[in-house]
Amino acid sequence: MTIKTPKSTGTTRRGALKTLAGGAAAATSLPLWARYAQAQTSEPIRVGFQMHRTGIGAAYGRWYGRTTEAAARIINEAGGINGRPLEIVAEDDGTDPKRGAEVVEKFATQLKCDIGYGTLFSHVVAGSAPRAGELKLPYFIVSEGHQLASGGLNRYTVQPGITDVKSQVKAMAPFVASTLGKKVTMIFPDYAFGHDHRDFFSEAIEAQGGEVVAKLAIPPTETSFTKYFPKIPRETEVIYHVMVGPAVLTFVKEMGEFFGPSRPEMFGFIDSLEAVDISSPGLEFLEGTYFWEGMPRYAQADQTPYDKFFREQVGVDANGASVADPKDVATYAHMFACWETLFVIKAGMEAAGYQSFKDRPALIEAVEAMTEMPQSNEHPQGAKLFNGKTHQVFGPQYISQVTDGKLVVKHTASIEDTLYPDETDYTTQSF
Amino acid sequence: MSETTKIVALHGGLLVLLVTLQFLLPAYHHGNLARIMVLASFAIGYNVMFGYTGLLSLGHALFFAAGMYGMGLAVQYAGAGPVVALLAGLAVSVVVALVVGLLALRTAGVGFMIVTLMFAQAGYLTILYFTTWTRGDEGLVLQQAQRTIGSLDLSQPGPRYFAALLLFAICFLVTLWMVRAPFGKVLIAIRENEERARMLGYDVFRYKLAAVVISGTLCGLSGAAYGLLFGYVGATFASVQYSIFPLLWVLLGGAGTVIGPLVGTLFMFYLIDLSSSVTSAYMLVAGVVLVLLTLFAPQGLVGELRARVWRWLP
Repeated sequence: MTIKTPKSTGTTRRGALKTLAGGAAAATSLPLWARYAQAQTSEPIRVGFQMHRTGIGAAYGRWYGRTTEAAARIINEAGGINGRPLEIVAEDDGTDPKRGAEVVEKFATQLKCDIGYGTLFSHVVAGSAPRAGELKLPYFIVSEGHQLASGGLNRYTVQPGITDVKSQVKAMAPFVASTLGKKVTMIFPDYAFGHDHRDFFSEAIEAQGGEVVAKLAIPPTETSFTKYFPKIPRETEVIYHVMVGPAVLTFVKEMGEFFGPSRPEMFGFIDSLEAVDISSPGLEFLEGTYFWEGMPRYAQADQTPYDKFFREQVGVDANGASVADPKDVATYAHMFACWETLFVIKAGMEAAGYQSFKDRPALIEAVEAMTEMPQSNEHPQGAKLFNGKTHQVFGPQYISQVTDGKLVVKHTASIEDTLYPDETDYTTQSF
Repeated sequence: MSETTKIVALHGGLLVLLVTLQFLLPAYHHGNLARIMVLASFAIGYNVMFGYTGLLSLGHALFFAAGMYGMGLAVQYAGAGPVVALLAGLAVSVVVALVVGLLALRTAGVGFMIVTLMFAQAGYLTILYFTTWTRGDEGLVLQQAQRTIGSLDLSQPGPRYFAALLLFAICFLVTLWMVRAPFGKVLIAIRENEERARMLGYDVFRYKLAAVVISGTLCGLSGAAYGLLFGYVGATFASVQYSIFPLLWVLLGGAGTVIGPLVGTLFMFYLIDLSSSVTSAYMLVAGVVLVLLTLFAPQGLVGELRARVWRWLP
């Protein structure tokens, strides 16, 4: 694989940081950390990577790992952070909240990591974040969960690389209502993730003059779905589905058999089909349907140079699969967030003049001071807007249509479409 | 030295050792031991039923989760303080254990295993069904302020360690007292030969029900303490793996021994922790070690010790 060194894009992003406090701290301590960097160039900054290597999140974990290693390599090739190399210390959490908390403790107290990073599944975040806060370990999650932005976690937990489910869902409603239809039936798993979709989308579609005509909650243990389809009202114009897990293939197949050629419009979240080849047998029914994508899996006709760079570095081809194995489909709609989070960590540490554990609060303050992040090699998914109060980033969302077995972007929701009023202010919490 | 003196010296010495370790252990192992003591209390509860009464349950996650959610929901929705919430968790687990005991004890053997497993699955699905309140699989995070008793912050390492030690000591001493008391002897008699115990005039059902309630209560107390000390209440703890874990811990440590659950939990915890640092196939390593132990130390670590050296171990 060709390894390219990024050019001067970091300067642009750093320039966008409104970090008076962080900047002042960095400026005043510059001679000190410069000496430190010179004296201890071999001392790495250790990033504890809480990896879903096994368990239900293993497919995500595999790609989160590859993305993280690629971003770390690029950062190191460009001189590291504050003159120190970045070291990724990966530890499997088994996608389990109890083990997740133990891993966070291990990062903070045994492995001497500077920060914790990389958690995706919201129940693992919920189990781990309290310990990160208590141990005063900056904890950079890559989760999409709304629990952080709703005020449920703590000041040491931040999500600067991926948008949360509330903003994602909210941004879908205008397109669904204006293009697909206003009468929506929702099919979702009957647990927290599904309930978030149910609640946030219902509110958002009503704001667009639409309505949810039926809400079909599917128990997580269900393996066949035929009995639910007759409950879909005839007036339904759009089916909104967010099924996840191995049963999703059965779900799609059975829905195809139920509707035949005359189906309503369909809109779903690609979470259902991450790491799954969209042209797999049984998924033909999805042709012509629409999906939310965090980042377009297939290289588009107007592909940005940043997407091209990102694919090359991580080893993903134009179809969103591994360059080494075209059958190994990436979790492309989510994994960019690891990449972007690591570059935010770099920017935050540089702004804070991060040297050692005592600078952890300064790192959090530096990240809190961030606002705009222009689209760049560091932010290939798109420009971002970080909210320092809620510790949550906002960014564009993509809606793609399955066309000839590939996902083609039809609409890009702007950052403005994703915004909602603040629900908390972590900056009022003490360190 | 009399047998009683030896027993007091060993078990008392263990508690003294745990107190001493509070001041000696490095931060990581200090935190681990607090967690292990809570989980070992869970295993002690399981041991009352399995190790001493001979009732093999596959549904103890239900009791652990009953205590955990009884506590967590009281904190989250009733604004209860930690002590009141802990009592709420305790009350819920007593009720759940009583109901499960009354129904499940109508079966025996494999039937009992299946019924307890089904009850636990029903409990797990109930938590998911009421996602609106429980947040389902995602669970509830208890904030630091909700886990403070006066000036005692249970989220801090010292108070957490001592709270875990207090819980463990209660479960440990209650079990030690119980198995040496006539009540415990009857439970052991039921385990060894239920028909003979019945013929001797004991009301076997009542004794078994008492064992289920005591076991469920200790497990529920552990679940409530776990949520309180580590700030998280989640459906994962009601899933089937948390019914299997206490069985493994007790089998490894030695079923029907008072210190076995602690030894088994400690062993299993560090087996996974250390092997995961070496390989991603750490569950395979754990599996191989468990198979070897089952083959060469079928009575568990402490059980083998009792069989070979300390025959007086309770």
